[in-house]
Amino acid sequence: MANWFEKILPSFIRKGSIKKSTIPEGLWQNCSACNNILYVPELETNLYVCMKCDHHIRLGARKRLELFLDTSGTKELSEGKSPKDWLKFKDTKTYKERINSAEKASSENEALIVMEGTVNKLPLVAAAFEFRFMGGSMGSVVGQKFVEGVNHALSNQLPFVCFSTSGGARMQESLVSLYQMAKTSAAIEKMHQAHLPYISVMIDPIYGGVSASLAMLGDINIAEPKALVGFTGPRVIEQTLNVQLPEGFQRSEFLLEHGAIDMIVHRKDLKETVHRLISGLISNRKS
Amino acid sequence: MVKSYLDFEQPIADIESKILELENSDLDQDQINKEVIDLNESAVKLTEKIYSNLSPWQNVQVARHSERPHFVDYIERIADEFDELHGDRHFSDDRAILGGIGKIGDYKVVIIGHEKGRSTEEKIKHNFGMSQPEGYRKACRLMKLAERFNLPLVTMIDTPGAYPGIDSEERGQSEAIAYNLKVMSSLRTPIIVNIVGEGGSGGALALGVGDHINMMEHATYSVASPEACASIIWRDSEMAAEAAEAMKLSANNIFELKLIDEIIKEPLGGAHRNYDQASSQIKNSIINNLERLNQIPLNDLVEKRYERLMSYGAL
Ligand SMILES: [Zn+2]
Repeated sequence: MANWFEKILPSFIRKGSIKKSTIPEGLWQNCSACNNILYVPELETNLYVCMKCDHHIRLGARKRLELFLDTSGTKELSEGKSPKDWLKFKDTKTYKERINSAEKASSENEALIVMEGTVNKLPLVAAAFEFRFMGGSMGSVVGQKFVEGVNHALSNQLPFVCFSTSGGARMQESLVSLYQMAKTSAAIEKMHQAHLPYISVMIDPIYGGVSASLAMLGDINIAEPKALVGFTGPRVIEQTLNVQLPEGFQRSEFLLEHGAIDMIVHRKDLKETVHRLISGLISNRKS
Repeated sequence: MVKSYLDFEQPIADIESKILELENSDLDQDQINKEVIDLNESAVKLTEKIYSNLSPWQNVQVARHSERPHFVDYIERIADEFDELHGDRHFSDDRAILGGIGKIGDYKVVIIGHEKGRSTEEKIKHNFGMSQPEGYRKACRLMKLAERFNLPLVTMIDTPGAYPGIDSEERGQSEAIAYNLKVMSSLRTPIIVNIVGEGGSGGALALGVGDHINMMEHATYSVASPEACASIIWRDSEMAAEAAEAMKLSANNIFELKLIDEIIKEPLGGAHRNYDQASSQIKNSIINNLERLNQIPLNDLVEKRYERLMSYGAL
């Protein structure tokens, strides 16, 4: 099937024998890395990893959890919470306006979704950041939902897995947002004290307040290939220090080399790997 | 010491230079004294007026004032003893964060804080108070030391933020900060946090989890520096004043949001006008709170700290 596309697609688009508008909406998608046009149903079975260049295409939070958790028995936790405008923040737009457009862009109320479910029948709590909601930034509701997810894991003695992808703290909530770093880290400490596994899965990109809190604190830190993860963004480092950054700077491979993560795992192996690691961690656990 | 003035303090500077002029004039001494008293009075009134109504951006400038007391200035005045302890035991001794064992009042404590440095040479040595991972890891080592020997922990925050460098990233800047947050949340000893100057981003918070959080009247505390916030949101760092306004980074605003416990009054015209007075204000609060926190059983103390962390931004 893939071969059929490789041969057919570029030519008929070049010839213009089929107008773009006649391609059913949502059936084709460009790979942002190699620019090849991909057939969405095939992309879906390939877990949104580019069939041509292996680029891990950005997934929505809900999709991410759907692919990770077993199909039956999932339940969303702390559902329907919307951001709060603590500071009446206003830049060129009000925070309220930004929240409205984020809701439209993502079809979600906030940048974190938390679910209870199973992975190959192993019960756990899983959270995923929604990057389309204000760049996955962590405001008070994200922090609160994360903590509620951890609390659910604690009271039910379950492992917790978080898929992070985030620009960092949410500027519009300033210090309230900064404090979420401490709040979520404190909750993770409770997981550690309870000897319950907390697995951090790093998804491209993670910076600032999310990188410097919940994303780095996994019992096991995993990253998808080529994910960008760091404290300060590359643009800021370049501008501040007037330097050129080395090739591959802050990519998963760089993190692995410098000891920040335990492993890089291809998306197709993620579910199996996380399942195996958690099973290993809890195999001798005294409850 | 020659006073230096911020732009918005120009009217005060004018009066004070008039006073100086008078004092060096040939006029009759009684006449001089009388006029100086009047001028002093109006300078004080004007300072009170200006400082009671600082804009957020003016507040930022005071918090960053080149003469604002730093960690070493406070230590000199607050601690009767201080033995600095060096190094993270892994890589180096970061000079942007200093720490050691000291004595405040009758209490032996571990003190940790950012140091910006004052002269150009010092600023470079202390990297303008911008720590690398080693600094946070040294701080963490000292926090655990405090816990192990039942010494209360006192921290002082004054940093534009964590250092944005290639080497910092290589050595795990994010992890170093995150790990401190985790450790501080459950550290079994009282922690008193003092935001004395600039509280910038995760680099500040990495020393900022505690049981009693003080903030100096003209200090600032925010998720990012105004310049960084402006460049992220407005895509223009020139909009820093607007960002300072929007982020509500002043002590009053933060107190209203219940994110700090106490505002420490500063000498008229800012802490840099009177180091001794500023120091004794902080010292009093630290001693009062050490007395109070020492009476709380450790389990309750840590549990209360956790509950407070959970209350931040809870809906
Ligand atoms: Zn591709």
